[in-house]
Amino acid sequence: MERYIFYAVALMMIVFAIASVTTRKMLRSVIYLLFVLTGIAGIFFLVDYNFLAAIQLTVYAGGIIVLVIFSVLLVHQIEMKLEVAKISKKIVTALACLVGTGVFVTTIYSYDFKVAENATTTTTADIGFGLLSYEAGGFILPFEVISVLLLAAMVGAIIIAKGKKLIPKSDETI
Amino acid sequence: MIEGISIYEILTLTSVLFFVGIYGFITRKNLISILISVELIFNASVVNFVVINKYLFPDILQGVFVSIFIIAVAAAETALAVSIIINLYRQISSVEVKDTEIMKY
Repeated sequence: MERYIFYAVALMMIVFAIASVTTRKMLRSVIYLLFVLTGIAGIFFLVDYNFLAAIQLTVYAGGIIVLVIFSVLLVHQIEMKLEVAKISKKIVTALACLVGTGVFVTTIYSYDFKVAENATTTTTADIGFGLLSYEAGGFILPFEVISVLLLAAMVGAIIIAKGKKLIPKSDETI
Repeated sequence: MIEGISIYEILTLTSVLFFVGIYGFITRKNLISILISVELIFNASVVNFVVINKYLFPDILQGVFVSIFIIAVAAAETALAVSIIINLYRQISSVEVKDTEIMKY
């Protein structure tokens, strides 16, 4: 059963990913990306990492997609068609990507992965303890660094998007 | 792990997603579309980390942590990129790559 669900999700993801990079309508491209991201959350559910799937759904499908839609609506007319690349460039790029996929897949299939049989479930508490532990294998330092990074990104985004400085009102106009 | 699905099939899926992202990154001429392609590439790598962790080293959680950090950095990057695009649109009224010729106004 899980096998068929995986195949359905994988097919959906590949089709929508290709649609997302080839459609000429901006907003549709974003919505196709939303389907791909939701499919990835489905794969996380299938491999039994529920917390990661929740993060994927909230941060990507909830946050990033809304941000991108917001910027699309600010800078585009919805029905505007995108400019497309030259057909020769498209063909060359597609061939190069096909060759690259072939190299990747042959490399993957020629390597013998030592798969460990397991059915352990990871709880959110395990992830929390790992993130906050400062023993060997703990991730407390990157955790703190990422919090500073998010703060800096937030301040930077506000300052850049705000644009020109607000002109202070002079007192003489009273 | 998924019943009946080997690691090879999932890695094939992520390779295809990665190269679809690369294709979009090269052929698109619009800053927002390029951002969307970059998101595809990020997601392919995140799935790779998670799947290799689950299939090969199920006792430790390093892949999960790394993918959480990748998602956080991708969110920060998208927020900054969107703000830069909006600011650029205010100044040159366009988000096409070919119109973006100046770094300082």
